[in-house]
Amino acid sequence: MNDMNADSYVTEDGRTIGGVVMELKNITLRFGGVTAIKDISFDIREGEIRAIIGPNGAGKSSMLNIISGFYIPQEGEVWYKGRIRPPIKPYQVAEQGIARTFQNIALFEGMSVLDNVMTGRVTKMKSSMLAQAIWAGRAEREEFENREKVEKIIDFLEIQHIRKTPVGRLPYGLKKRVELARALAAEPSILLLDEPMAGMNVEEKEDMSRFILDVNDEFGTTICLIEHDMGVVMDLSDRVVVMDYGKKIGDGTPDEVRGNQDVIDAYLGVAH
Amino acid sequence: MIYREAGQFKTSYKADMAKFPILQDRIAIWIYLVVAFVFIPLFGSDFFINSMMIPFLIFALAAIGLNVLTGYTGQISLGTGAFMGVGAYACYKLTTIFPDTNIILLVLASGLFSAGIGMIFGLPSLRIKGFYLVVTTLAAQFFLEWVFIRVPWLYNYNDSGAIEVPQREAFGFIVTGPAADPSVRYLVVLSLVVGITWVTSNLLRGHTGRSWMMIRDMDIAAELVGVRPLKAKLSSFAISSYIAGVSGALLVFFWLGAAEVESFDVNHSFLVLFMVIIGGLGSLLGSFLGAAFIWMLPIVIRAIPRVLGLDINASTVEQLNFVILGALIIFFLIVEPHGLARLWAIAKQKLRIWPFPY
Amino acid sequence: MDWLYNIVVDPFVQMGAAPDFLLQVLWEGFVTGTLYALIALGYVLIFKASGVFNFAQGIMVVFAALSLVGFYEAGVPAWLALILALGVMGLLAVGTERLVLRHMVNQDEIILFMATIGLSYFLIGAGELIFGGETKSMITTELGLPTGSTVIDVAGGILILQHIDIAAAVIAGILVAALGFFFSKTRIGRALRAVADDHQAALSVGISLNQIWAVVWFAAGIVALATGIMWGARSDVSFALQIVALKALPVLILGGFTSIPGAIIGGLIIGMGEKLFEVYWGGLMGGGVEGWFAYVLALIFLLFRPQGLFGEKIIERV
Repeated sequence: MNDMNADSYVTEDGRTIGGVVMELKNITLRFGGVTAIKDISFDIREGEIRAIIGPNGAGKSSMLNIISGFYIPQEGEVWYKGRIRPPIKPYQVAEQGIARTFQNIALFEGMSVLDNVMTGRVTKMKSSMLAQAIWAGRAEREEFENREKVEKIIDFLEIQHIRKTPVGRLPYGLKKRVELARALAAEPSILLLDEPMAGMNVEEKEDMSRFILDVNDEFGTTICLIEHDMGVVMDLSDRVVVMDYGKKIGDGTPDEVRGNQDVIDAYLGVAH
Repeated sequence: MIYREAGQFKTSYKADMAKFPILQDRIAIWIYLVVAFVFIPLFGSDFFINSMMIPFLIFALAAIGLNVLTGYTGQISLGTGAFMGVGAYACYKLTTIFPDTNIILLVLASGLFSAGIGMIFGLPSLRIKGFYLVVTTLAAQFFLEWVFIRVPWLYNYNDSGAIEVPQREAFGFIVTGPAADPSVRYLVVLSLVVGITWVTSNLLRGHTGRSWMMIRDMDIAAELVGVRPLKAKLSSFAISSYIAGVSGALLVFFWLGAAEVESFDVNHSFLVLFMVIIGGLGSLLGSFLGAAFIWMLPIVIRAIPRVLGLDINASTVEQLNFVILGALIIFFLIVEPHGLARLWAIAKQKLRIWPFPY
Repeated sequence: MDWLYNIVVDPFVQMGAAPDFLLQVLWEGFVTGTLYALIALGYVLIFKASGVFNFAQGIMVVFAALSLVGFYEAGVPAWLALILALGVMGLLAVGTERLVLRHMVNQDEIILFMATIGLSYFLIGAGELIFGGETKSMITTELGLPTGSTVIDVAGGILILQHIDIAAAVIAGILVAALGFFFSKTRIGRALRAVADDHQAALSVGISLNQIWAVVWFAAGIVALATGIMWGARSDVSFALQIVALKALPVLILGGFTSIPGAIIGGLIIGMGEKLFEVYWGGLMGGGVEGWFAYVLALIFLLFRPQGLFGEKIIERV
């Protein structure tokens, strides 16, 4: 077992970063003949913002899919909160406190914003079907309690004005925010963000960055994000993992990684 | 201006989440209930009650059952007819074995058998998705049809292979069999339909219903957000089949009076599917509208020639029925895939701002 | 233990005891399978080109056959009736494209499927109105198809092969070869595959969706006519056929929805499997198992291979 509180420290801006909460050891992922991820290891500390960067096709989304339980790696181990995690189903991963957003929006198009965010509470809502069927006091109370929590998140992300709008009608930037709200509704220990800024203009990116920082600051949520915008990555993250062709080529603080020759070569397309 | 909701502020989540948040809707529902429970039995003719209201209610219930599975959970099913059959035969056997038990309780119990069988045939939905699932439900449909014929125990070894409904009482009234008064039968059916609709609407607005809709919209994302696919899909099959089973029992015991395997064949599965499509997938109101529409259609078609003074024979009416039904389905799917329920909602929307155009 | 023997051992014993009967059963299954395959072929064509499962294919078979017989009974010589029937199917294809498909370009496949259910109901009603509901017999000899049979000595007994069945198999084979060639080697065939893959992409490279769909539905109509003729030659033309057409679903599941050879193989497996099961195991269950066996077989199959025999493995991406 890993010692969770080993080496916790306080950052310049006063946030506490704890011990290791998730560790990936020697992960290898193959699809038929293609090896998407080759022997990658890195860790994520509690309360930090960890970025995964790399050129397209490097395997970043696959890495996130492994963390959220959607893919099972052929080799390697996933350690979560000090224990090794056996190959479990995605819904079990969600129940353990890992929530995520998706590169190509995966909202429930048939529902409103409010309902979509409410879906994030599904792991927390435990009333039995019988209780719901007769709308017993318990079921009603649970619905209201969860509604309250969801409303707080809707306030936090400033989407009150669209809460009854069907999500299909929203512009792309707002959809991304709703997805973030849904992930937050699950009160996750680890929040995985798959290219949260993709397709956004400067203003939208600033808003999203602010939200991400606020989430980390106020709720202490550990965040692991994939992102292409270097500026965002350097500003937001505490540590960075760099992937290329399924291999890890850099791991450290943004400054450390920025000066790494392999990383520079990878981005410039220099053959290596 | 009848439908203005200005001035109706919701000051609590409870008010916002009420089923009929708008006051006018609440009044309307009460009016419908009073008309249904009081006016119709008092003033409706036996023919009207027997040939229109009772079957309409029963099929509306079946449509609600299918809507839960197909409209809300996205699992397409062509097995509704067979599941109705399971309920009917289960009820028949139950009342044969327990002739003195309240028949209404037995009807409610027979749904459990449908639910069980529905869950079994729903298991493949964990591996098989989307369109392929149709095959599973067709397997259920044809297999169960075969069972209804090949297991004589189900119809008490009757030579004709049909089941005949015995006279039964409940709460001091004769409710089934030839001696039962249509109004009495109607009230029983109405009560059960209203009750089951209420329960279903509760399930739909809670986290169970949300899980169903998540599966419908994007089942992979649903699982990643934390929905247990087994629990969600099987519960949907269970509830849907339960409702279908009850509607089947009601069909035989409170309307047809007798039944054979043909009453539950694949054509009935299609019929209920049409009701759901035309009424609106994913809408309880739509189930009622669709059932009313499909039930009224043949009556209207039969009536028009009489009104126009033409003489058209019965089989031609049947054929015209098919033609118009088919054309209407296509029409609805093109023009308003969300069915009559959406048209109703649009009409209400217009009423909100009437007499202004926008 | 008796029943265990009855299920697991006895049927094979029976098979071995009368091999000529076994061959006859297999042949009957083969023939039925060919007809299933022909129906399935129609579905494959339309699915391949438009991603739509055309529920109305079954009724199209009946409609085609009824048109043919109808024209003949109206006094038209057989060869002309054939051409006119083809014309009717062509009109049907164009009509469907213009009135239905064109308006549903971007819809979900479930919605399109339900639209074809509507279409089939429409055609059932229309067919009965136009042609009347009675069963009719196919104008087999007038079309020049062989009747009569051959008797072969085999395995200590005899095997009876109807010439019409042999003809059906041959015609099916020709159709499959022609369609396979059409799809892979011709320009229109490639365009059809492009459309099946992605409507919008196909539009963007200049393929006219409307034309393609009309072509494909017409091709399906030709297949439907061939099927109707062959089926009608064996067992009369009636509306019951379109319930049988539902059997094509298990065929497609085994063979894949977009594979032409798959439709044949699937059809044969279902046809022969069904017959074998009915003859050798059906007695134990009271008979009549042909009604559901194909579906249960497909269901079991799907549990192990959700993509069917020839389908591509479904890789879900997030």
